[in-house]
Amino acid sequence: MPEPTLKIHGLNAHYGDFQALYGVDMQVSQGEVLAIIGANGAGKTTLMRSITGLLSNGRGQVEYRGEDISGLRADQVATRGLAMVPEGRQLFPSLSVRENLMIGAQVGRKGPWNLKAVYDLFPILEQRKDQASTSLSGGQQQMVAIGRALMANPDLILFDEISLGLAPIIIKDIYDALPGIIGEGMSAIIVEQDISKALSVSSRVYCLQEGRVSLEGDANTVSRDDISRAYFGIE
Amino acid sequence: MNIQDYTVTRTSNAIRVAAILGFIVLVALIAAPYWAGRADLRLMGELFLYLALASLWNLMAGYAGLVSVGQQAFVGFGGYMLFALTMFAGLHPIPAIGTAGLLGALISVPVAFLIFRLRGAYFAIGTWVIAEVFRLSFAQISSLGGGSGSSLPIAIVKSLAGSRGARESLSYWLALGAAVLVVTSVYVFLRSRKGLALTAIRDNELAAGSLGIDIWRTKFVVYVVTSALTAMIGALIFLQKLRISPDAAFSVNDWTAFVIFIVVIGGIGTIEGPIIGTLVFFALRETLADLGTIYLLVLGVVAIVVMLKFPKGVWGFIRQRFDLQIFPLAYRVARRDNKGA
Amino acid sequence: MDWLNAIVQGTLLGGLYALFAAGLSLIFGVMRLVNIAHGDLIVLGAYLGLTVTTATGLHPLLALFLIVPAMGLIGYALQRGMLNQTLGSDLLPPLLVTFGLSVILQNGLLELYTADPQKLDAGSLETASVTVGGLSLGVLPVLTFFVALAVIGGLQWMFYKTPLGRAFRAVSDNQDIAQLMGLNRRHIFGLAMALALGVTAIAGILLGIRTSFDPSIGGGRLIFGFEAVIIGGLGNLWGTLVGGIILGIAQTIGAKIDPGWQLLAGHIAFLVILAVRPNGLFPRTTE
Repeated sequence: MPEPTLKIHGLNAHYGDFQALYGVDMQVSQGEVLAIIGANGAGKTTLMRSITGLLSNGRGQVEYRGEDISGLRADQVATRGLAMVPEGRQLFPSLSVRENLMIGAQVGRKGPWNLKAVYDLFPILEQRKDQASTSLSGGQQQMVAIGRALMANPDLILFDEISLGLAPIIIKDIYDALPGIIGEGMSAIIVEQDISKALSVSSRVYCLQEGRVSLEGDANTVSRDDISRAYFGIE
Repeated sequence: MNIQDYTVTRTSNAIRVAAILGFIVLVALIAAPYWAGRADLRLMGELFLYLALASLWNLMAGYAGLVSVGQQAFVGFGGYMLFALTMFAGLHPIPAIGTAGLLGALISVPVAFLIFRLRGAYFAIGTWVIAEVFRLSFAQISSLGGGSGSSLPIAIVKSLAGSRGARESLSYWLALGAAVLVVTSVYVFLRSRKGLALTAIRDNELAAGSLGIDIWRTKFVVYVVTSALTAMIGALIFLQKLRISPDAAFSVNDWTAFVIFIVVIGGIGTIEGPIIGTLVFFALRETLADLGTIYLLVLGVVAIVVMLKFPKGVWGFIRQRFDLQIFPLAYRVARRDNKGA
Repeated sequence: MDWLNAIVQGTLLGGLYALFAAGLSLIFGVMRLVNIAHGDLIVLGAYLGLTVTTATGLHPLLALFLIVPAMGLIGYALQRGMLNQTLGSDLLPPLLVTFGLSVILQNGLLELYTADPQKLDAGSLETASVTVGGLSLGVLPVLTFFVALAVIGGLQWMFYKTPLGRAFRAVSDNQDIAQLMGLNRRHIFGLAMALALGVTAIAGILLGIRTSFDPSIGGGRLIFGFEAVIIGGLGNLWGTLVGGIILGIAQTIGAKIDPGWQLLAGHIAFLVILAVRPNGLFPRTTE
């Protein structure tokens, strides 16, 4: 078995006195698409913040390509090839569409993704490139957020609740586009509350419940019962 | 372990001991003119006035979130009012001090309407502009000496008390009284419903607003009351100095910078902080004053280090270490004495 | 003609005030920091000019090539070493730390240079004048005004057209997400402070050529800059220039009525505008 791209070992996370994650173990191999599901407050977003360095972690808890990144700042993690599409899109309101994409390339990593490739993927963004990012529809904003993460040419991309607040038809469009995005060795973690969407594009799934991993399994073989038990904690 | 064994209280043994000690100290201080030398008396008088200014600034910045760097506006205003009221209206200095406070409250109302439009740090600089306007305006009044200022006429000084010793004692008692009055009023105010509202605003302005606390009004009341008391302290300060000029009356260093350092070093947002801070400040000043500007440099460095490393100040550090409070604002859960059991 | 003259002189004076204000405005725009020591940093720039010109014999304007980078370095070090630690949701730490810094700067300058008023010697530039339409204009005020135009135009261009400006805006919008884009906000804030102090150096030198200065005048310069920012509307650099001009005109007209009224008239103009247009004349439209 090859060395995993991302290896999380005994991860604890705190907000002041409140502990949000308890000893989470998880790993992602190269080229793998992982789904993380869980109810509100299960710790999914905290996990994303820990991985990306927005929360600092205890030594040795997050390893990326064999390097301990637990104590690195978010910008240092980003330059190593980890990108995130944050929950709620969070575009920069003072930047135009094009500038939002350009700032994704700030880390200066080489790879297949550039402005042209993003415009090819989402042609509407080229038409809107000089508009303020806030003037776009929710779905278009999500495209910008995805494009912004891709511009970093990451090895591992995290999608945090990308279907949240979007119309079903747009969610479908975005999920249809995902296979074309994730490829060429790129790994991905998809965090979702919408379980079926997450399972449809992933090969493995983890379920979080109250800050702990309550289920780990193959996305194609886990049963509905297992999931609801892991998701809601009902026996 | 039974819930009946516990009680919610504001008081503790430390507080009872402190109250008794405090009472003894207060009696000794009242008697100071009979045991302290003239120079010590003056120094202590000055200390009490700084304590009062610091407590007031702390109420504004530490509790109401109104960070002002322009309190010298009201110190100077009070001082000038004392001079104007005694010289032109023939008032006796003591009622003139009260009247100066009243006028301070009056003028702070339009000032508040103007500068409350500014947020946060811009509010701070706005208060400074107001102080500059006051300074420049008083410098234009030629009957008060214009830019060079004036002295309090001897007749008025003598009307306070016949002998110099009696005058100095009186002026000391006034300063002590002012400090006790201010610290007690701040304490009583913070224990009242309005005070609780203030603490709620400080902790979370949004939540406090949604609970129906009128934030603007609460801050406005604090601003006006603080201005009135600051003006009274200002009148007292210049009654001690007997001479006033625009630069001295509206000095940002003397009446704001020092006051801020006192509060920051002592511990902002606590009643005890300004008291400790005043003692530390005067100890520093008395030992380093010979160094001139170096002393101010040291003071600036100390304030920055305290702000960065011990943001809760000396008192915050003590309180954290020993779980102590002298002026009980917070409630605590205490174990009942099990005498009956 | 006298009144027209007062207005024109006031406009030119406004250029200097806009330079006082530009650094303040930039810092606030990027990191919501209000630097109470800003005025003292302007004075520090003037004193650095004094040291460089007396030591090397350089013309003060040429000395700018040394002093702008020096102040930039000071700004970066100040931000990384001290001010970054104060940034957060709490208003007090930055305010009080910069207030302490102001006291340190003032007394440090006092210790090094004494309280004697100083002036930068710019030779014939100080007295040279040109006559335009019957008005006699000092070359220095005119130069100052055009420098202000260039600085504000340059800052505007940097802010909206360059990768650095993009990074400034991104960090200002959302620090966490900017960090995810590989931008280290501590470094970006350091660069913003470096740039602001570079502008401050220009303001300090032009101030030092125009009038005499001593360590105590920083507070007044901070207030002028602050008033220009508020009159023009927060976050609008061209508005800040207009704010500076309004302040300058109010002062020269006040001085014409009575010399004692110069500063007071400026403050009153500010308070009147605060009363009728609390968000300034040209507030940045926010979504």
